[in-house]
Amino acid sequence: MDPHLWLKRKGRISPYEVVFWPIVLVLPFWLFPTYLSLSSQIAITALFCISLDLILGYAGIISLGHAAFFGIGAYAAGLLSAHGWGEPLSGLAFAAVVAAFAGWIVSFMIVRVQHLALLMITLGLGFLLVELANSLGSFTGGADGLQGIDTWKLLGVWKFSFWGKTAYAYSLAVLFILFLVCRRIVRSPFGLTLEAIRENPDRTTALGAPNRAHLQKIFTLSAGIAGIAGALLAQTTETVSLESLGFQRSAEIAIMLILGGTGRLYGAILGAIIFMVARDQLAGMNPQYWYFWIGLLLMIVVLFMPRGILGGLERLAALGRRR
Amino acid sequence: MKKTLMTICALALSLAGGAALAQETVKIGVINAYSGQFADPAAQLDAGIKLYMQIHGDAVAGKKIEIIRKDVGGIAPDVAKRLAEELVVREGVDILAGNLLTPNALAVGAVSEEAEKFMVVMNAATSIIIKKSPYMARTSLTAAQLNHAFGEWVADNGVKEVYTMVTDYGPGIGSGAAFEAAFVAKGGKVVGADRTPVVNPDFSPFVQRIADAKPEALYAWVPGGTQPPALGKALAERGVTPANTKIYAQGELTDDAALEAMGDVALGIVTAYHYNVHRDTPLNNEFVAAFKAANDGRDPDIYAIGAYDGMHLIYEALKKTNGDASGPALIAAAKGMAWESPRGPMSIDPETRDVVQTVWIREVQKLDGKPANVIIDQVDNAKDPTH
Repeated sequence: MDPHLWLKRKGRISPYEVVFWPIVLVLPFWLFPTYLSLSSQIAITALFCISLDLILGYAGIISLGHAAFFGIGAYAAGLLSAHGWGEPLSGLAFAAVVAAFAGWIVSFMIVRVQHLALLMITLGLGFLLVELANSLGSFTGGADGLQGIDTWKLLGVWKFSFWGKTAYAYSLAVLFILFLVCRRIVRSPFGLTLEAIRENPDRTTALGAPNRAHLQKIFTLSAGIAGIAGALLAQTTETVSLESLGFQRSAEIAIMLILGGTGRLYGAILGAIIFMVARDQLAGMNPQYWYFWIGLLLMIVVLFMPRGILGGLERLAALGRRR
Repeated sequence: MKKTLMTICALALSLAGGAALAQETVKIGVINAYSGQFADPAAQLDAGIKLYMQIHGDAVAGKKIEIIRKDVGGIAPDVAKRLAEELVVREGVDILAGNLLTPNALAVGAVSEEAEKFMVVMNAATSIIIKKSPYMARTSLTAAQLNHAFGEWVADNGVKEVYTMVTDYGPGIGSGAAFEAAFVAKGGKVVGADRTPVVNPDFSPFVQRIADAKPEALYAWVPGGTQPPALGKALAERGVTPANTKIYAQGELTDDAALEAMGDVALGIVTAYHYNVHRDTPLNNEFVAAFKAANDGRDPDIYAIGAYDGMHLIYEALKKTNGDASGPALIAAAKGMAWESPRGPMSIDPETRDVVQTVWIREVQKLDGKPANVIIDQVDNAKDPTH
């Protein structure tokens, strides 16, 4: 088959997608207006999860320190706002550039190592940044968190209030646009090459693909998107703390991504939705011991659907068709 | 995917239905770190709230008090802020309480200000929190309040030179700075200042430096938990003991667990604290006995007393407003309120809305053959000097 045709078919919009986006747009506004703050944070987490999916799911770069870029974006947008420029969109752009630049620097190291060494390096990077932000207390606010963030009205019209309407609309719009960008990228020849590198780097080298340059590109892009997610959180909540850089955040999005299914973008979104809604509901029912149920949920999903929820659904659908 | 969304719908709907507004209820949203590494202090705080309601009933000024608990899971201001927003928007709470940790309390403060909800800080001890919302009051302590009073007291008691060693993070640095400022203002001199790491510190090299410097006195600040006994041991090993160096610290250093671990080397250490479990007054004895009975024999600590007094402030303010739970009414009622707490006399400053209380100066002495904190002096009506 002609590869261009094949790519085109792969990039075709499925009916599920046409249903999905209007639902996530309308549902919270219409049915759960009191869940808009949560919805906004889910959209932000989903975007962060997508950034991890780009490197983990498509390029096979495992990271346990991706929150470093999330936090860099959050601090970049937060500091910009705290120093008097609270315009949200330019704040996002600024955060994206700063985080992507950091990602580009780190990418030189990342492409040289694999597997366990990759885990150690990304983990160490996260710890280093937390300590750095802590020791620069006068600049970052240290352990108390950054103070004085004031996000201006979105486009000069919509105020960010505690009802979360603006926050959700804003986060969802950014998520949607960046999702389209990522979708385009992973379904391009570049995206396919990444998958090939993930599966067999020796072979792609033999075929003449510039492995390291490709991996650096996607890592930089991923860092930039993570930074935008961080900036969104900083702007919509007007808080940034050391925890935005921390290991827990890195680990949690890895869990969400694995839960939803890697290498399919929607897995990242679905994982974020399920994990955060489950956590919210379970913690609401039992504030002390809800971790037990989260653990149980994760074990069940991983036992019965080792490729994540979307991977599991796909397999079920394939089974159904065969019969 | 549709199926999952449907399940989510069903889940959320069932919950929204349960939260229907009941008449004549005052709802208190408690944002607390019930899970994670701060779960233990969070449990103490929660026990303080429960005990107050157990003793004083769940109705005041004709209104039923309902507590809605939310877990923030540690230091997470973004989550804390969202939970506060949800408590206001979805659960319709009138009062935001709990607030164990500073970054979270700062984030909740922003919601309190915007939604005009009364907020009670039951623990977080950083001075600036109180400025975040005009509807906020605090019933715990501020680190500056305690250490300012202590620094002046140490200088007043004839100490000329002090060497300080504090943990290298916000609370430690803030406490040390407040102590030093007060001490220097009274003519004292800081002859050395050192900072220890937050996580798993090995105190030996730090203590060796103190031993080499041979200062007249040492001011030490470490977070409660595992560090006080470790520091106590290091001090004893290197011979830095009250016999040759006066040792001053905030109360955590000589809490019961630390004293047990340190044994006789702790004798003579002087600490400042706003609550003493063993202070022998009828009110405190009653409180401690009731707390122990409700919590499997565990002693109450500063988190429990902060929450207990926080509930007292809420109840008394509601009585004063005849059940009006709006933010402006409650904060107006809370301003200037004074009462006798198990910790001693305390009040809410009418200007700053921050806590005013007695700072107790205690020395470790042998009581019935065991080292114990014995009150040797007190600083009345201590205020936060930074406001």
